[in-house]
Amino acid sequence: MALLEIKDLHASVDGQEILKGVNLTVNAGEVHSIMGPNGSGKSTLSAVLARRATYEVTGGSVLLNGKDLLAMEPEEAACEGVFLAFQYPVEIPGIGNAYFLRSAMNAIRKHHGQDELDAMDFLPLYKERMKLLEIDEKFMSRSVNEGFSGGEKKRNEILQLAMLEPKLAILDETDSGLDIDALRIVSRGVNAMRGPDRAFLVITHYQRLLDYIKPDFVHVLVDGKIARSGGPELAIELEKTGYGSAEAEALQAQHA
Amino acid sequence: MSSTVDTIRDLARQDYKWGFVTEVDEDRVPKGLNEDIVRLISARKGEPEWMLEWRLNALRHWFQMAREQGEPKWANVKFPPVDYQDIVYYSAPKKKPTIESLDQVDPEIVKTYEKLGIPLEERKRLAGVAVDAVFDSVSVATTFKDKLAEMGVIFCSFSEAVKNHPGLVKKYLGSVVPHTDNFYAALNAAVFTDGSFVYVPKGVRCPMELSTYFRINAAETGQFERTLIVADEGSHVSYLEGCTAPIRDTNQLHAAVVELIALDNAQIKYSTVQNWYPGDKEGRGGIYNFVTKRGKCAGRNSKISWTQVETGSAITWKYPSCILQGDGSVGEFYSVALTNNRQQADTGTKMIHIGKNTRSTIVSKGISAGHGQNTYRGQVKILKGATNARNYTQCDSLLIGDKCGAHTFPYIDVRNSTAKMEHEASTSKIGEDQLFYLRQRGLKAEDAVSMIVNGFCKTVFKELPMEFAVEAQKLLGVSLEGSVG
Repeated sequence: MALLEIKDLHASVDGQEILKGVNLTVNAGEVHSIMGPNGSGKSTLSAVLARRATYEVTGGSVLLNGKDLLAMEPEEAACEGVFLAFQYPVEIPGIGNAYFLRSAMNAIRKHHGQDELDAMDFLPLYKERMKLLEIDEKFMSRSVNEGFSGGEKKRNEILQLAMLEPKLAILDETDSGLDIDALRIVSRGVNAMRGPDRAFLVITHYQRLLDYIKPDFVHVLVDGKIARSGGPELAIELEKTGYGSAEAEALQAQHA
Repeated sequence: MSSTVDTIRDLARQDYKWGFVTEVDEDRVPKGLNEDIVRLISARKGEPEWMLEWRLNALRHWFQMAREQGEPKWANVKFPPVDYQDIVYYSAPKKKPTIESLDQVDPEIVKTYEKLGIPLEERKRLAGVAVDAVFDSVSVATTFKDKLAEMGVIFCSFSEAVKNHPGLVKKYLGSVVPHTDNFYAALNAAVFTDGSFVYVPKGVRCPMELSTYFRINAAETGQFERTLIVADEGSHVSYLEGCTAPIRDTNQLHAAVVELIALDNAQIKYSTVQNWYPGDKEGRGGIYNFVTKRGKCAGRNSKISWTQVETGSAITWKYPSCILQGDGSVGEFYSVALTNNRQQADTGTKMIHIGKNTRSTIVSKGISAGHGQNTYRGQVKILKGATNARNYTQCDSLLIGDKCGAHTFPYIDVRNSTAKMEHEASTSKIGEDQLFYLRQRGLKAEDAVSMIVNGFCKTVFKELPMEFAVEAQKLLGVSLEGSVG
C-alpha cells in the first residue's frame, strides 16, 4: 500500500479552482519534489494535505496509509503522521519553544496510546537535535518563532520535524529566503531524517535545494495539474530551460 | 507555565465545578436596607458605638447618593436596575465558630473548602500560606495566627480587628476609600459584614503569603466584605485573594472595599484570582462584582503592586488603584480580564502621581470570547508637584470569534512638564494562521486556543505567586470552554 495516494484532486480557494486534477502516489522511503511556476498550485497542494480549512476540496480523493485524509481535521492528520514545514512559520508570543514542542509530541503520543514524555525524557533528545541543526540552547526558552530571523524560523521548522518524526513530511518552499549556509544546515537536518519509513514532499521553486536534498522523483505542477514527472535529471533540465517548456507541453496536452 | 495542556483540556470539559450549595443553618436578617438593619448588623457583631456611627454616617450618605444620582452610569456595562431593598444584608452560619481550632468549624463548611481545593487541614500542614477564610459574611477560621503573632503581624477577621485593635482600625479605616468615594463604597461602609485585617509592623518581612478565600453561599445575599492592610515602615507583605461562588439563578451583588496603606519603604503585593459564577451561556444569573480597591503609597519609596486575574462574574466593575503620595513611590497594576458568553467587564486602574519621582506601570490584557464585552478603563494623573513622574502603560486586547467586543478608554492628565509617559496598545484576533499552525503540530483546537491565550497573558502571570499562576492558567482553560468551533 502506498503511503500517500492522491487521485484526481480538485481544490478551490475563495471559489477559484486552483488544483484541477492532481494525481500522485508516494511510497514510504521516497523523496518527491514538486516544482512549478508561481501560482501553479504548489502551496495549495501542501495546505490541502495538511487539511487547512480555507482550502476547499471540490473533488477527488487522498488516502494516507489507506485512510481517508480528506475526512481528517488538521490535528488528526498531524497525529496520523503528516507534517508541514511552513513557508511562513507563525509566531506564538509568550509560549516557549520547548513547552510547545513537548505539548505537540505528547498530543501525538496520546493519539497513539503512548505515555507522555516528561521534561527529563524530552530535553536530551531536544538538545541533541538542536545540535544537528546548529541551534543555540538558549533558543529553548524563547517564544515560538517570535523575533526569529527567516533562517531561524526555517531551522525551527526542521527541528520540529526531527522531533515529531512524521511519516509524510511536506516542505513548503523551505529554501525561500535562506542563504547558502542556512540552506546547507537545513538540508543536513532533512537528510538525517530520511529513512525507509518516511516520505518527503519537497515543494520548491528552484532547483538549488535539490542539490542538497536529492529527490527520487521530480514532478512539475502547471496550472493545477502535474504536467511532467521524471527523475532528478528533470530538475536540472528545468533549471536550464525554465518552466516555459513544461507549460507549453501542458497547454498542448489540453488542446489535444 | 508548567501546567500541561492536558490539565487545561480536562478542565475545559467541565462545567462550573464549584456550583454546589452547602447546607448550613444560617442566621439571616430580613431583606432590605435601612438604619434598623445597619443597627442590627452592628449589634450582631457586637460592635462598639463608634463603628455603628461610622456605618450610619455612610448609610445616610448612600441614601443621598441613591436619591440624587443613583448607581454610576459611566461604565460600559448594561444590567437591569438592582433593587437594594430586595437584598439580605447579613447572613452568617448559625453555629458561630470560634477561631482557635478547626474542630470547632462546622464540618459542612470544612467540606466546602475541600471541594474548592483549599482544605484547611492540609493548608495548616503546608508551610507558607495562612488562610483567613470568609464564608458568606463571617470569618470562620484563621490559621497560622500564632506564628504571625510572634513576629507582631496581625492577620485576623475585620470583626476581631474592631474588637482587639480599635486604634489601628480607627486610624486607617476609610482613609484611602472614604464612604463618600462612590455609590458602592458608601453601601459597603454601611453594611459590610466582615473581611480581613492585616498589620505588618515596622521592618518586618511577612514570612508567608497571606491568603483569603471568599465564597458566596446563601441565595440572594449580597456579600460586602472589607479588607484593610497596613504595612508599616520598611515592612513587606504579599496577600492573595481567591473567589468562587456556587451557581445561583438570580444575580448576586458583591460590593467589596479593599484599602491598602504603605508607609515609608514598605511594600504591599496584592494578588487576586476572581472566579465568581459568571452566569450561564444566555447570561442568566451570575455575580455583579462592583468592587473598590485602592492603595495609598503614603510613605517615601513605598510600593504597591496589584495583580488580578478576572475570569468570573456576570459583570465586573473594578479599578484597583494607587495613590502615589510619597516621593519615589511605585505603583503597579497587572491584569488579565476574560469575558466569555454574556459576561461584561469594565476594569482597569488609576495611578495618581502626587509625590516627586513617582513611577507607575500598567499592564492590562483583555480577552473577549463568545458575546463577551471587555473594557479597559485607566487613568494616569500627574499632579503639579509630581516632578519626574513616569508611567508606562501597555494595554492589549485579544478577540476570539466575531461576536465579542474589546474597548479601551485611557485617560491621561499631565500637569507637570517633567513627566514621562508611555502608552502602548494593541488589539488582535486569534488568527486562523496561529490556530492552524498549532493544530498542524497535533494540538486540538481548544488546546491551541488555551495555549495562545496563556502566551498572551504571560507577562501578567509571571507576577503571580507560583501556586496562583498555575490556578490562573487552569481557570482560563475552563473559562474559554466552548469559545471555539
